[in-house]
Amino acid sequence: MGAIQKHGPWALVGALGAAALAVVATQRGESINALWVVVAAVCVYLIAYRYYSLFIADKVMRLDPKRETPAHRHNDGLDYVPTNKSVLFGHHFAAIAGAGPLVGPVLAAQMGYLPGMLWILSGVVLAGAVQDFMVLFISMRRDGRSLGELIRAELGVIPGVIALFGTFMIMIILLAVLAMVVVKALAESPWGTFTVGATIPIALLMGLYARFVRPGKVGEVSIIGFFLLMAAIIYGGRIAADPYWGPAFTFTGTQLTWMLIGYGFVAAILPVWLLLAPRDYLSTFLKIGTIVGLAIGIVFVAPHMQMPAVTKFVDGTGPVWAGSLFPFLFITIACGAVSGFHALISSGTTPKLVDNELDTRFIGYGGMLMESFVAIMALVAASVIDPGVYFTMNSPGALLGTSPETAAAAVAKLGFPIAPEVIAQTAVDVGEHSIISRVGGAPTLAVGMAHIISSAIGGKAMMAFWYHFAILFEALFILTAVDAGTRAGRFMLQDLLGLVSPSFKDTSAWAPSVLATALCVGAWGFFLYQGVTDPLGGIYTLWPLFGISNQMLAAVALTLATVVIFKMKRERYAFVTIIPTVWLCICTLTAGWQKIFSADPKIGFLSHADRFSAAIAEGKVLGPAKNMEDMHKIVFNDRIDAGLAVLFVGLVVAIAVFGIMACVKAYRADRWTALEADAKLAPAE
Amino acid sequence: MTAPSQNFRDRLRAFNKCVCDGARLMVGQGDYGTYVAHIAKTHPDQTPMTEREFFRNRENARFGVGNSSGFRCC
Repeated sequence: MGAIQKHGPWALVGALGAAALAVVATQRGESINALWVVVAAVCVYLIAYRYYSLFIADKVMRLDPKRETPAHRHNDGLDYVPTNKSVLFGHHFAAIAGAGPLVGPVLAAQMGYLPGMLWILSGVVLAGAVQDFMVLFISMRRDGRSLGELIRAELGVIPGVIALFGTFMIMIILLAVLAMVVVKALAESPWGTFTVGATIPIALLMGLYARFVRPGKVGEVSIIGFFLLMAAIIYGGRIAADPYWGPAFTFTGTQLTWMLIGYGFVAAILPVWLLLAPRDYLSTFLKIGTIVGLAIGIVFVAPHMQMPAVTKFVDGTGPVWAGSLFPFLFITIACGAVSGFHALISSGTTPKLVDNELDTRFIGYGGMLMESFVAIMALVAASVIDPGVYFTMNSPGALLGTSPETAAAAVAKLGFPIAPEVIAQTAVDVGEHSIISRVGGAPTLAVGMAHIISSAIGGKAMMAFWYHFAILFEALFILTAVDAGTRAGRFMLQDLLGLVSPSFKDTSAWAPSVLATALCVGAWGFFLYQGVTDPLGGIYTLWPLFGISNQMLAAVALTLATVVIFKMKRERYAFVTIIPTVWLCICTLTAGWQKIFSADPKIGFLSHADRFSAAIAEGKVLGPAKNMEDMHKIVFNDRIDAGLAVLFVGLVVAIAVFGIMACVKAYRADRWTALEADAKLAPAE
Repeated sequence: MTAPSQNFRDRLRAFNKCVCDGARLMVGQGDYGTYVAHIAKTHPDQTPMTEREFFRNRENARFGVGNSSGFRCC
């Protein structure tokens, strides 16, 4: 086949993508259509998939279609089953897609959509998709073993324990931050609280139905659940307006925090079929459906981007989160560009189901490109709403005050003029009391989604419905992640404590299970409470810690991939993983360093603590603290957060050192030293 | 029935099965038919689990002890 025939169409895709990127990057002062962003992203994905992932598959991994995969070798019809490529893609994508790619880009929009978009695209092509693909490949060649086991085998026992501990800490921060997103979205919102609360009885009902009435009928029970959910959203509007039930479902952030902690504990020890599994059906199908719906909505409505391409907040003075573009943008958008958590999924069930080695390219690399597209859509949704509304929703309450007038004045001072009437009207449109300082990303995304979807279906009258639909959609899968994460965290903790006292390892025994669950819930509950009561709004403080920890796990996974490439004697291609590893190390270490030591109290935990403890010594109360007790709490929290940042930095450094040592050893060896399972050819069918 | 529409129907059926299998696997439920066929082929002496047992087995495996597969997030 001629080169023109082979590469010609791809050259056209490349040219189209370049043109779309040029439009996005060079338009100044006038708004552009969101479709340019979508077209640019899709073209980048297509080119990267066609050329770069093929290069990795052929040159770095040398995938062999004839080699037996674990699904064939250990085929048991249960955990190891050769699975159709498209079916497995769906499974893998549903497992990696979550709240991360939806929230991060919304927060990053404070710098304008262009920096976030460029990082999402370059990050996914060179780092995120490479990580997912490499880890899937490595795990598949080793009978589908987990990330912790892989690190222990290829890097050593100590790095293995460090990684296990690091993963646990990251999980705690993740659960706290996710739970905080829910609390922030539901605080003072009776409509939202009622609908999300209604998912509990709905799930219990579904659980009983799927257990006793019609076992195994997942589709049937999900459809029943879906209709009940829609009824809960519609009915929630009436509840909120009711003079008795409205206030009864209105809770403060602190009250919701305690409820969520209690709920998390109970949910994690209930039998899975009763609550967790049925809610898993709802959240998974709703998630996929909403993502597809949002994509169709954006293409169909073709909204204009109202946020400027770049705002002045690239200098680090933005109200949503502190810190300048480098390194904090690369921390804020974690999932969607590169997410360490995917390494856990790519070494989970997926590698045990791969039918043919060649499929991993579509599933690993392709799945992450799809996730990145979700992040692009979230960025679009946050950018199509009035920037004045965006900053009204995402700035700390301490800055905005509580009335539309004070908020409008404060946001105008930031450089985004907005009329108080617009703020009040937006709240009425979405059926809420107030939209001022609804931080956490979820409410902003919900307003953006309601804006897009209501333009297609229902118009303004349906906006409140779509807003609460979007809130429900996010809360639902976040709560499922909190349940499942608490369970997984409990198992990890029992594993870790088992290193000290073996009696902890028994996950079926009652006492260790309850104790480990309580410890796990207590740990994320602590950070959740700290975040919710933080006068700066929690997200401002905790999201960077989450971002650092997630990117750090990615650096660990990519270090493992680099070591394996060296052990396979493919070091001339090791730049494929070394470049993203080095970049992530630079970002996480710089960000970690600044979070600990920056002299700017807005960024550095320690200088913030110093400022407050100096004030305590003088007997003064600094805003936003209200009394001396608050002051002590702030200092204590700052020191804990600084300690955590130190821990994360130490972890990255330790793994990087072990990784380099392993690479050098593998480089000196005169033969292949990777520990793959035996290469057997698949028997001819 | 003409051949092309027969072909189209087959493809539609195959597509439908793919979507249903995909949706079930998203929540951790593998294909029961594949499991039964596997047992019949490799362990003809064993009785396969019933569909109900299979469903519960997969549910427990998804959120079960000692693996992180029940964990999803971003």
